[in-house]
Amino acid sequence: MLLKTKALTKNFGGLTALNNIDFHIEEGEIVAIIGPNGAGKSTFFNVISGFYPPSSGSITFGEHEFTNIATHKFARMGIARTFQTTCLFTEGTVLDNLIVGHRLKTTMGFWDAVLNTPRARREEKESREKAWDVLGFIELDKIAGEMVGNISQEAAKRLAIGLALVTEPRFLLLDEPAAGINHDETNGLVQLIKKIQKAGTTVCLIEHKMQMVMNLADRIMVLNYGSKIAEGTPSQIKNNQQVIDAYLGGDSNA
Amino acid sequence: METAERNRSMWKLGTYLLLLVVAIVYPLVASNSYYVHVIVMSFIFAIAVYGFNLIVGYLGQLSLAQAGFFGIGAYMSGLFTMKLHMSFWLSLPLTAFLTMLISLPIGFISFRTKGNYFAIFTMCVGIIINLVIEKWDSVTGGNTGLIGIPQPNNLGPISFDSVISQYYLVLAFLVITIFVMTRLVNSLVGRTFMSIRNSSDLAATLGINVMANKILAFAIASFFTAIAGVLYAHYIRFIGPDASGLNMTFDFLLSLLIGGQASIAGPLVGSLLSTGLTEGLQSLQEYRMVVFGILLILIVKFFPMGIVGGLQLLRFKLMKRFAKTDVAGIAQMKPSKGESHAAENKSIN
Repeated sequence: MLLKTKALTKNFGGLTALNNIDFHIEEGEIVAIIGPNGAGKSTFFNVISGFYPPSSGSITFGEHEFTNIATHKFARMGIARTFQTTCLFTEGTVLDNLIVGHRLKTTMGFWDAVLNTPRARREEKESREKAWDVLGFIELDKIAGEMVGNISQEAAKRLAIGLALVTEPRFLLLDEPAAGINHDETNGLVQLIKKIQKAGTTVCLIEHKMQMVMNLADRIMVLNYGSKIAEGTPSQIKNNQQVIDAYLGGDSNA
Repeated sequence: METAERNRSMWKLGTYLLLLVVAIVYPLVASNSYYVHVIVMSFIFAIAVYGFNLIVGYLGQLSLAQAGFFGIGAYMSGLFTMKLHMSFWLSLPLTAFLTMLISLPIGFISFRTKGNYFAIFTMCVGIIINLVIEKWDSVTGGNTGLIGIPQPNNLGPISFDSVISQYYLVLAFLVITIFVMTRLVNSLVGRTFMSIRNSSDLAATLGINVMANKILAFAIASFFTAIAGVLYAHYIRFIGPDASGLNMTFDFLLSLLIGGQASIAGPLVGSLLSTGLTEGLQSLQEYRMVVFGILLILIVKFFPMGIVGGLQLLRFKLMKRFAKTDVAGIAQMKPSKGESHAAENKSIN
């Protein structure tokens, strides 16, 4: 088991955004989290990726149990994420973004930089190589030199995933990776996520595009008003009356 | 692609060497020592502005405490050499190091705030340092300040009693500063600072220790600002509390904005221009601020990245136009594609 939450609860003042969530993810799975807007999906992501500390309950990742750890340490444990509003370093090129993403694997400091030590040169080279590897993997090597502000929405979505991958995560959290891109581009993204799974990374995603979720996920958790209302395989979820009432309704292509 | 990069770095190296030759020859051909003095002053300021640039330009945090560190550097070294009769050559590194140590707890507390709050907080720190210097009569001489700070001690056969010899001393420190900054900002460390400027949340998600990096930049900046303060004290040989005042910080800021933040040439260009203008417009006295005000508005409006940033943009545009005409076509198409997707995105949400 890679990640396990037990009675995970998050309150914002009087509002319970997450209520006693018991959940687990196995190594190598693709798990989707669905639910209506405001169901607590993003809060769940923010808690398990270290953005918010939980109000109560526990999270276990691999052998670590954590409750209150600084955000930057999550990446070092092997948890990477993307944001709902695609978040990139907009002032640099596509390649620049990925190079800095590899920073956590490097150790050079001030003196290495000033004296241009062998370590500085080696780590700079490694970071570039890693960046090019990932660029190839996310199929953006043709636009490596473009400024991030000029690239298409699809490329930005892929780059955000690439930025998470460059940290070499064991566990990847994708917050609405397919929002705002068209049908064909979504299919391309499904292929990419399957490729990530094949490469050995466990994936957890939030997504509203049901066709994509049903097609991709091994397992689905459904949240509503901060509580888990169902969990199961895509076909179990599709036929779950509670889920249909709360979320899917008649419009399963939303 | 690699040869092009090598060509570019050769060009850069050539430009740097040419500029260095100009800087070395300048005092020998300058018609009087006043012109040399003006350049010495701008070089000293440039060193401080390089430190400032690291925090404001590369790290993206507007610290308004910098003149405080300039003042600490100037006073500390003045006291070391006057009261303890320490050699300038020991006092300089010791002062820079101690000022850096002082900056660490200040950075640690200040960086708990963000954005505008950080600017206001550090401004208060600057004011407190200024007040301590002004009110601590028994040590700092209060409003009178320190008078008769010794010139740098002889270095073997070289003495520093002429303006020209001081010019070369300051130039040497400026070259070291530029060298360190260039290496730093072009390294992974510099990239890390810039990623924090861009989005500290994203940087943290990628495993970057945002706090530690902010403090590192703050410490390096204070180190160089202190060096500038020391050089200033031993060049002017009289310092008052004004050396640590808020006006000084805004002079640094003015130079940085005129020259161009987050660039290597910016602080030097800005310091030369602002010091040159200040001296050139002396006859206007306080009204020269009117000229600066208008200049600053024009620069912020038309060259938000300063003169150097403006020139870089111009070069980039020219290169695109001449190198590949088809690139321009693609570049024009892409934003509209992005926009239509953005619109689609909105309608879904």
